[in-house]
Amino acid sequence: MSDATRPLIVGAGPAGIRAAQILVSSGIRPAVIDEAPSGGGQIYRQRLVADERSAKDLYGSEAAKATALHGTFAGIRDRIDYYPETLVWNLRDKAADAVTGHRTRRIPFSHLILATGATDRVLPFPGWTLPGVFTLGGSQIALKSQGCAIGEEVVFLGSGPLLYLVAWQYVKAGANVAAVLDTSQFSAKLHLLRGLFAQPSVVLRGFRYAAELMARGVAVRFGVQPVRIDGATRVEGVVWRERDVEHRLACDAIGYGFSLRSETQLADLAGCRFVFDARDRAWRPERDGAGRTTMPGVYIAGDGAGIAGADAAELAGERAGLALLEDVGLSVDHVRIGVLERKLASISKFRDVLEAAFPFPQAWANGISDDVTLCRCEEIAIGAVRDAVRDQGVFELNRLKALTRVGMGRCQGRMCGNAAVEVLAAACGQSPDAVGRLRAQPPIKPIPLGVMAEEETA
Amino acid sequence: MSNALHRDVAIIGGGLVGSSAALALRRMDFSVVLLDKGFCGAQASGVNYGGVRRQGRPAEQIALSQRAHAIWPRLKGLIGIDGEFVRSGHLKLARTEAEMASLEAYAGRVADLGLDLELIGGNQLRGRFPWIAGDVMGASLCAGDGHANPRLVSAAFADAARRAGVDVLEQTRVSHVEKALEGFCLSAGSNTEIKARFVINSAGAWAGPFAEAFGEPVPLHAIYPSMIVTEPLDVFMSVNIGAEGGGIYARQVERGNCIVGGMRGEPLAEPDFSRPTGSGAVTIMNRAAALFPALRHAYAIRSWSGTEGEMADRNPVIGFSRTTPNLIHAFGFSGAGFQIAPGVGEVLAELVRDGESRTPIQAFAIDRFARTTQDSRADNGPEPKKREAAQ
Amino acid sequence: MALLKRLARHELPVVSFTLNGEACSGRVGDTVLTAILTQSDRLRPSDFSGAPRAGFCQMGACQDCWVLTGDGGRIRACSTALEPGMRLQTMMEPRS
Repeated sequence: MSDATRPLIVGAGPAGIRAAQILVSSGIRPAVIDEAPSGGGQIYRQRLVADERSAKDLYGSEAAKATALHGTFAGIRDRIDYYPETLVWNLRDKAADAVTGHRTRRIPFSHLILATGATDRVLPFPGWTLPGVFTLGGSQIALKSQGCAIGEEVVFLGSGPLLYLVAWQYVKAGANVAAVLDTSQFSAKLHLLRGLFAQPSVVLRGFRYAAELMARGVAVRFGVQPVRIDGATRVEGVVWRERDVEHRLACDAIGYGFSLRSETQLADLAGCRFVFDARDRAWRPERDGAGRTTMPGVYIAGDGAGIAGADAAELAGERAGLALLEDVGLSVDHVRIGVLERKLASISKFRDVLEAAFPFPQAWANGISDDVTLCRCEEIAIGAVRDAVRDQGVFELNRLKALTRVGMGRCQGRMCGNAAVEVLAAACGQSPDAVGRLRAQPPIKPIPLGVMAEEETA
Repeated sequence: MSNALHRDVAIIGGGLVGSSAALALRRMDFSVVLLDKGFCGAQASGVNYGGVRRQGRPAEQIALSQRAHAIWPRLKGLIGIDGEFVRSGHLKLARTEAEMASLEAYAGRVADLGLDLELIGGNQLRGRFPWIAGDVMGASLCAGDGHANPRLVSAAFADAARRAGVDVLEQTRVSHVEKALEGFCLSAGSNTEIKARFVINSAGAWAGPFAEAFGEPVPLHAIYPSMIVTEPLDVFMSVNIGAEGGGIYARQVERGNCIVGGMRGEPLAEPDFSRPTGSGAVTIMNRAAALFPALRHAYAIRSWSGTEGEMADRNPVIGFSRTTPNLIHAFGFSGAGFQIAPGVGEVLAELVRDGESRTPIQAFAIDRFARTTQDSRADNGPEPKKREAAQ
Repeated sequence: MALLKRLARHELPVVSFTLNGEACSGRVGDTVLTAILTQSDRLRPSDFSGAPRAGFCQMGACQDCWVLTGDGGRIRACSTALEPGMRLQTMMEPRS
């Protein structure tokens, strides 16, 4: 190893922190850039200031993991160059352009570990832009970080393990949960029995959440087809169908989502090759079992490399850090590498089970009506996609963006991108992998025009 | 299964020049195939700044530019959409006395060419355009110029051509073109063989090899003009803004986004695509925030960059090949092709039909470089004057 | 009427700010989004239809929670900590 080893880690969640820890333990001083004011990522996000709640109150069964991760990060704090509240908005030629407030600086690096995480995968429904509708992840952050429920009478809707976890956390915190509306069938949950061998504690915990919700009188419904979210200027109720019968429930808040989607813009800017991940129904950076991408010196770990959850993110972060050490010629613990890779493989198998238990609602794309808003930034309707396919022969996502503005707004397709793929593919009679993926362009999130450039940190 | 086509005209490159030529030719009843290696209008024609500007062009381009000027207000009838074209006026700012003198000299040079330029002094400028800040000495306004949405216009020309009966073959790269006994033979895509009486080389930044294949090497290189787009804002910018000497250009669309350019991006590993540089983006953003107080607190939300062909003398090549009958070149618009392209399309159609155009294009002959090289050896003449950067 | 409901953190020190000129209070450790949505049910009109919006993802991804500060600045409410004396505006009118 030479002094020229100056890795940059983007993201201080479970993957980024474990990667940093490994590098520090070998005497390397990485830079760690994170958008949040403190480490932990979204899953183990820390409050802005301490309050009366314990770690157990905040993180439930995962409290020990959260505390350990925060402790690790605090422990290496003086052996890394840490840039909190900082956004990497551009990557090029072994340097990152990073903005903190109104200052941007260019941070050179020798190696790059991307641990950029994920956000909720959402699908548009009538009423989804109303005040009072939040993502499941957003609902969880309101509670964990801010001690708030998203409303007085909350309905959780969608699919995925997070649906039950967040609902249970809300109930435990004293919120009124009116219903949990699962778009997948109850029969699909039988797939979880297969997962009992791989991850028994996870599966049993999931069943416990559902059981406790029901025991407390929360209506838990399966095979739900969302029809609309009612309300003039804010959420007033939710309407859904079950076996062709329409139901309505009054509520003032909806938390919803359909599993997660990877944040991959920086991997794209870094030049990494992407592959279509059938399980995630999305393109993700190609990587080997250690987290090496197709770009030399660029590694990826955690949910940004494909959805696998927080435990996998910690393991993958450590593995990517070890891969970097191997690649600069340092000795590594091969027994540990074997353990990490076996555990990651086991979690990946379990992800297949979860996907079967909480399948993506494939019927959505053909069923959603033309007048529903698809792109909430540019306010473009679903019908614009179908028109572009029919009238202009569009069959590719970037062309769709150019002709319709879908994905062109402030969020750069983070909220509408998955849905746009599904609608475009369905309208073309194709599978989602056939319509391409949105190319990333800097800035990957909005930055101020008046941003001041600082001298390069040498 | 191979695909054989026999057409009057084969057009290589579905940018705005190729697409508008295809449409014009089809309206003259020629059979036309339009070939693009990607999507029509996906490069410089579709991802340029969107300036629809005559002001600032060299005198030899004005006749062509005026011809195009008459087409822009008729887009709706021609291609089915107005392309968000607005005749906002184009205001070219002078930041120094020397730049103002340069604007005045330009106004003198083109005085008889119908641009109706209005020179505006500093005080009057501040009164009429109070949203412009900074040390601006004055400006030149071309009230008839404006701007449009390149994403929509370029694709719509290709769509209109398709509707008119042109065979528009996208994702179909031309791998080989050669002169045959009568006309040309082209190989394209995986299995398309085309015979055509005429070939138009409108391949933009990719036109060089096609010209060279017919013994006409040209000093063409790729440039990557890049743009920054702001979040939607209250509309304040009433004209399309340029600057004498370059450095910044800006316009605001009806939806409220401001589009600001003035720097070049760089190509990616896959050189058909390019991206703004970080430092270039910051430079442009800062210039915009300084020049327009309304942008002081605004955010940039995205960027774009397209691949464009630039000639050594910044004038395009338009006209017949000097080596090969029925081969016509139209490329190298050097970052200033958007406004004139629909006019160029009509000119190209005339060349095919009549063997000549009613619009003078001698200045754009492809053999001027061979001549220039000889001349400059003999005369050791001055550098061609640097013209306004890509817009 | 408020959108968010406080379940915890009631005892933290109060932070004073103004919202559209009216005196309001939040708690230390609030984000601007929490501070506003515990008193109001919207953050901004959408850019083109003017429909009310009140944030969505709460993790800096959806860009739906931008609000104005007293000096004309813009902040993303979900990722900005509430500070004493902030003069916040929620862009009541759709854009001209």
